[in-house]
Amino acid sequence: MANKLDSKIPSGPIESKWKNTKFGYKLVNPANKRKHSVIVVGAGLAGASAAASLGELGYKVKVFCQHESPRRAHSVAAQGGINAAKNYQNDGDSVYRLFYDTVKGGDFRAREANVYRLAEVSANIIDQMVAQGVPFAREYGGTLANRSFGGAQVSRTFYARGQTGQQLLLGAYSEMMRQVDTGNVELRYRREMLDLVIVDGKARGIIVRNLLTGEIESHEADAVVLATGGYSNVFFLSTNAMNCSATAAWRAHKRGAYFANPCYTQIHPTCIPVHGENQSKLTLMSESLRNDGRVWVPKAVGDKRHPNEIPESERDYYLERVYPSFGNLAPRDVASRQAKYRCDEGRGVNETGKAVYLDFADAIKRLGEDKISERYGNLFEMYDKITGDNPYKMPMRIYPAPHYTMGGLWVDYNLESTVPGLFVAGEANFSDHGANRLGASALMQGLADGYFVLPYTIGNYLGGTKLEKVSTSNDAFKAAEDSVKNDVSKLMGIKGSRTVDSFHKELGHIMWEYCGMGRNEQGLKKALELIPKLREEFWHNVRLPGDANYLNVELEKAGRVADFLELGELMCRDALERKESCGGHFREEYQVDGEAKRDDEKFCHVAAWEYTGENKAEVRHQEELTFENVHLATRSYK
Amino acid sequence: MAGKHINLTLKVWRQKGPKDQGGFVEYHAKNVSEDASFLEMLDAVNEELVSKGDEPIAFDHDCREGICGACGFVIDGEAHGRLKSTTVCQLHMRNFKDGEVLTLEPFRAQAFPVIKDLMVNRSAFDRIISAGGYISANTGNAVDANAVLIPKADADEAMSSATCIGCGACVAACKNASAALFTSAKISHMALLPQGQVERKERAIRMVAAMDAEGFGSCTTTGACEAACPKDIQLTNISRMNREFFVASATKRPKHKDGGAG
Repeated sequence: MANKLDSKIPSGPIESKWKNTKFGYKLVNPANKRKHSVIVVGAGLAGASAAASLGELGYKVKVFCQHESPRRAHSVAAQGGINAAKNYQNDGDSVYRLFYDTVKGGDFRAREANVYRLAEVSANIIDQMVAQGVPFAREYGGTLANRSFGGAQVSRTFYARGQTGQQLLLGAYSEMMRQVDTGNVELRYRREMLDLVIVDGKARGIIVRNLLTGEIESHEADAVVLATGGYSNVFFLSTNAMNCSATAAWRAHKRGAYFANPCYTQIHPTCIPVHGENQSKLTLMSESLRNDGRVWVPKAVGDKRHPNEIPESERDYYLERVYPSFGNLAPRDVASRQAKYRCDEGRGVNETGKAVYLDFADAIKRLGEDKISERYGNLFEMYDKITGDNPYKMPMRIYPAPHYTMGGLWVDYNLESTVPGLFVAGEANFSDHGANRLGASALMQGLADGYFVLPYTIGNYLGGTKLEKVSTSNDAFKAAEDSVKNDVSKLMGIKGSRTVDSFHKELGHIMWEYCGMGRNEQGLKKALELIPKLREEFWHNVRLPGDANYLNVELEKAGRVADFLELGELMCRDALERKESCGGHFREEYQVDGEAKRDDEKFCHVAAWEYTGENKAEVRHQEELTFENVHLATRSYK
Repeated sequence: MAGKHINLTLKVWRQKGPKDQGGFVEYHAKNVSEDASFLEMLDAVNEELVSKGDEPIAFDHDCREGICGACGFVIDGEAHGRLKSTTVCQLHMRNFKDGEVLTLEPFRAQAFPVIKDLMVNRSAFDRIISAGGYISANTGNAVDANAVLIPKADADEAMSSATCIGCGACVAACKNASAALFTSAKISHMALLPQGQVERKERAIRMVAAMDAEGFGSCTTTGACEAACPKDIQLTNISRMNREFFVASATKRPKHKDGGAG
């Protein structure tokens, strides 16, 4: 089995790996491209950019999205920006530095070759998006503006107010819609992928449910791309959109795609704190705010004074104190943990004691309210609307929340999973961020995969693979359709007494408590007892009203929660097996002075899990990581 | 942030499917936290309905941060409700008083057929975009991003138009159900930038034609769209669209049959 995890990392010096690999790839001539079809599931940044590029090349592309329009994909909500090694600021940035920062930021748990390629194409992404008309922020001289993000000492982040994700998504979406106009891309809305179809060992199609009519449909193709995002919603409360789920990725996993590093989850340090039991989701306040905002708590335990009444000398600007060289721009995992420590010490603010301050008073004094409003106006307004407090007048209250998942389906250098012909892009794969993603790198990775990697690697696959004709009347499609229909009627038939949300919330509590910011053996073992019990109850006691043959939101949610109940267990097992701390995976038993303590001897590898059947333990495989360019060192931001 | 709690009466439009007859049904939202959002209030009502075995009120929503454009319905005659520049997911219950009676109905327009309850089909917007709401830039052709300088004022103005989230509140608020604000925001965004110049005329003509073909009404410049827009897209976009369209129509050159390289 071990040979299944061939990462296909090319040999040669890191600077020329991608160039040489591209030259070695098989090509498909233009007339033959028209004969090949590719399915793209998910139409966020990675999916839309892949679909647009493949469409431009002349492939027949079918795009499926669960939303009513691809413009709703959750990439839209990314706020702060996108990294690129342009060195427009003359501050010492380079492809190599972005590569280095990303490998270090990921706590040395990512593949060097993938990360280098990401850094290399980052500059092309900015060029491409500007050409499409993305209105990035500019200086008075007409050049592009930059700001800084966590884990970097250069300014390499490009942005469009606090809505960078929206503008990039609309850019990729518009290019995809142009291909819809030319007829190369066919778009199917409100379709949720519920199974992957494999014929002769290769991914050849998908089964989807039409969310409006309940119809189960089969679609065939020569290759399948999953760009379906991450799984933070396993926590119930996260910054993800309500419809984000692991379903497409999980169903592909159950058909043979290995799932890598499921325990690597990112808890973002600056989110609006929880307000009550009926809360449906958490809202991020962009990391870009830490360019000008200073994070602090009162020095004294239980200081209940209004923040504006606490004098300077009685405040602890703890990030500046603990990490003098990176200060408030310490990376996310580090900043989140420090916030947790302060609250655990009893110095948290808010009625709940679970919040810290993010203060703009100094920046407003230095730059004026107008400048701050120009930079962060929409974020300040959003904060005001949600909390009823004015952040120009008093510090924001923030707390960490689940935000992003570095884990995902295992892919090789070509972004191909362990199922031949199944490619995975964007947050749905595991490839580039190691154990912690740096801010403004998710947009970069999604677009790198879709615009600059998949168009080459899919061409190589199609050009070099013998593909028999398949049709949806093939037995494999019929069998997959039947299994999906079976699942749907099973769910509808339970007729229990608890709502889907009540199960989801309970799972979220378990995950946050035992597999959240801090994890330990005892807690993870407890979670591994609780989750199967909850899953068992779900399959006997969930209540779904209505029918399956029209729009049924509860049924949609039930399928997703059923998958989360399986994935959550795998996350805990992965966290239990990884007996070290790295990046976002913090095992309390392995630490030095509150910082993550890696074990490079035993755990310098990717853990990729193989599904072996219902109610059977998954098998853990390892892909060793080698570092030939970046020296393995203890990560320090002090 | 533990605020007060209020009780509300909701009159909600219920409609099983696109072809079914709809009607208002009354519900009571009890003990609603003022810190909850409007959609969280509806979540609680739905949880109660589902526990009783009834079907929940269907409404579109996703990011709940006011940026995806999925949510939107009419509350007491106002698209997205009473708070200016705010989507319904960002409308919080502290803006309501205890005992209020609220009427909730879907966005109404011929081009936005009702799917179920408060959900409508807005895919007409996607078809308008695919008729020219893009700049043709094939992957891999781009020059260095700083090769073309764009004055900050132009970039800022283009950005203000580009912030449209495509929620359709403009259509719902318009007495003619016109999509002029939506269409003009995209035409403006691209007309303001140097990258958008090559296809500028073609874009204006095709997008306006697509908008008309979808069955949206005409714009009579009453400005209800601007007032309802959660992203403050301005009426000046419509003036620009009209100008773009007239100039393009008056100066459009004929297509040459034998154009192109041999």
